[in-house]
Amino acid sequence: MNFGFTEEQELLRQEVRKLLDARAPMEAVRKIAETPEGFSRELWKEMGQLGWLGLTIPEAHGGAGLGWVDLVVLLEETGRTLFPSPLVATTLAAAAIRDAGSAAQQARWLPRLADGSAIGTVALAERGDRFEAPAIQLAGRREGDGWALDGEKVGVLDGAAADLLVVSFRTGAGPDDVALAVVERGAAGLALESTPSIDLTRRVARARFAGVRVAGDAVLAGGAAALARLLDRAAAAVTAETIGAAEGALRLTVDYARERVQFGAPIGRFQGVKHPLAEMYVDVESFKSLLYYAAWCLDEGHPDAPRFVSMAKAYAGEAFARIGIDGVQLHGGVGYTWEYDIQMYLKRSKWARAAFGDPDHHYDRVAKLRTEAR
Amino acid sequence: MDFHLTPEEEAFRAEVRAFLDEMLPPGTNAMDPKFLATWQRRVREKRWVGFSWPKEVGGGGGSIMQQVILKEEMAKRKAPPLGSCFMGLAWVGPAIIEYGTEAQKQRFVPDILDGKYQWCTGYSEPGSGSDLASLQCRAVREGDHYVVNGQKIWTSIAMWSKWIILLVRTGPPGVENKHDGITCLLVEMETPGITVRPIRNMSGGAMFAEVFFDDVRVPVENRLGEEGQGWKVTVSALAHERSSIAEVEGLLRKLDELVELAQGAVKNGRPALADDAIRRRIARFETRIEAMRMNGMRFLTKQLRGEPLGADTSINKLHRADLEVEMGDLALEIQGGDGHLEKEVDGGRWQRFALNWPEVVIGGGTPNIQRNIIAERVLGLPKD
Repeated sequence: MNFGFTEEQELLRQEVRKLLDARAPMEAVRKIAETPEGFSRELWKEMGQLGWLGLTIPEAHGGAGLGWVDLVVLLEETGRTLFPSPLVATTLAAAAIRDAGSAAQQARWLPRLADGSAIGTVALAERGDRFEAPAIQLAGRREGDGWALDGEKVGVLDGAAADLLVVSFRTGAGPDDVALAVVERGAAGLALESTPSIDLTRRVARARFAGVRVAGDAVLAGGAAALARLLDRAAAAVTAETIGAAEGALRLTVDYARERVQFGAPIGRFQGVKHPLAEMYVDVESFKSLLYYAAWCLDEGHPDAPRFVSMAKAYAGEAFARIGIDGVQLHGGVGYTWEYDIQMYLKRSKWARAAFGDPDHHYDRVAKLRTEAR
Repeated sequence: MDFHLTPEEEAFRAEVRAFLDEMLPPGTNAMDPKFLATWQRRVREKRWVGFSWPKEVGGGGGSIMQQVILKEEMAKRKAPPLGSCFMGLAWVGPAIIEYGTEAQKQRFVPDILDGKYQWCTGYSEPGSGSDLASLQCRAVREGDHYVVNGQKIWTSIAMWSKWIILLVRTGPPGVENKHDGITCLLVEMETPGITVRPIRNMSGGAMFAEVFFDDVRVPVENRLGEEGQGWKVTVSALAHERSSIAEVEGLLRKLDELVELAQGAVKNGRPALADDAIRRRIARFETRIEAMRMNGMRFLTKQLRGEPLGADTSINKLHRADLEVEMGDLALEIQGGDGHLEKEVDGGRWQRFALNWPEVVIGGGTPNIQRNIIAERVLGLPKD
């Protein structure tokens, strides 16, 4: 039994932290986030060269062939300073193709995702918080060996910049009659439109499908099971970033509480300030433990994976939202200003709570999995 | 990261399971005194009482992983406790093994393992609760004896104990000597001058007591550790208390019972468990309990790597506090109008649960004390 990271993983953490500290401290993050695209093509290229983009892509396709536990290390660090890039989006697209793609499909798309020459994303959610198989409405109509897609996806991560999208769509009337397919940028009938977010560091888009043609060789295998697995991976990735982001928000607030003097003492000496900070720490450490185990289960194909992904995502969504609010509140008036960084974490928490299932959704799933297990 | 067990560890788990299959077939009455006597004899033979203690003192010499496996399996099957001297096994024994003289070890450790009698713990005083180190109970050296005068409170099972592990002030009073002036004594409860007065708690029971010391003479040979070392002896003992991993299994069993209760109870004409809000609250409990398990695993990895645990164990103590209170509260809420009746539902099981949480939540350091520990020792915030 060993619930810790390896030396290689610790080295990866240091390497990521070093580059981000040097090239993307908070001032730089703010500048990058305010550009029209919302991320730096230059840093994107470097991330590709460093192997971050292909971290979980097999070596045969130009990746590092590592697992979700390694990815957690990377995402914790990019989350810490809300580093804006299509890293999560691209990683999820690659995971879908690796998990459910044929050898030919993997060879066709994975190398471009691994070196960053293509930006990938997943288009799974629809209006009304629908993303699980039975709720999918984006319609597939049989056309030759493939499909024609009609409908709309929302909240598509980095959708406006994406070169290829893994999209979920309905193939029949049964609840599990769904499939995943790869659609490339420029496909006739596909319209990608950026939808401005309150969180500048997190870009999302709406994708409209009007008779978008998907050839048979662009459809991935696995149907509803592949979608469920992708959703688990997505929820885990968001939670991994949330660990870093929540720790970043906690650090900022603790530092502020040690410096800010009122009533003749640093406010961090008062229990009214100390105790909410201690609660933040308890929560971060706890959803971190759940997520680490969930990531290991994903790598091992362990049956605990769905339950622990949902527990981690539910806990993190709830706790990070609270941390954002308490963080701003403990800063007092300056926390409300654009100038101070804590507000950026609060905004991220609003996205992270809802992305790929809010706490209620995941608690419902935990309850259901428990009932099924009894 | 690797959660697989080694073949040796798997074999040990199988051994424990086989033992439990043999000892606890379906229908076993675990409260039957005859069964309990056999149980205690058998687990003692297995050396599973004091399993973590060195073999030289009669313990089992179990590895950290083996201890975890043993505790987990026992809790899963709701097995009776391993050994019957609760506080002796939890912290008095470990403190004696670490700080005691050879004579003290020989005199006390075998009796604790055999469960010959109970120990109780005399730390808290009326004026010294959360601020334990301010304690006032005095011991003055007179030749080869200490003479103790003062009062202890919240002393669990004092009325049924033969011995007490006692913290007294031996140094001069004053802030500088707050911790250094404290000494630890082992005192026989039958010594003249000791008076025990039970305290009735809010559930109606009386598990703890006030203990008064009036010119109580304690031989110097019953001092544990050096004079002025009492705080160190205590802190290490309390750390033992905060590191229990088996409590997770106990909480999961409690959660099962709560699910059963929610299945059987009717709310607005349908089972309470069909109510989304109730289901989510239960799922939230499950999430916190599993988080405790995984936190425990991370602390365990630290221990296995020889790193100090520090204040991390306060995290699980805080979760436990929330869970004890909220689970009991939900149980009574599910029972609706019957929730406030003493014995109407399940013989009052949940009512007792909902009224007894202070024992776990306040004992060993209140939630706010745990938050102070985390804020100051982990986050580096200034001391108040």
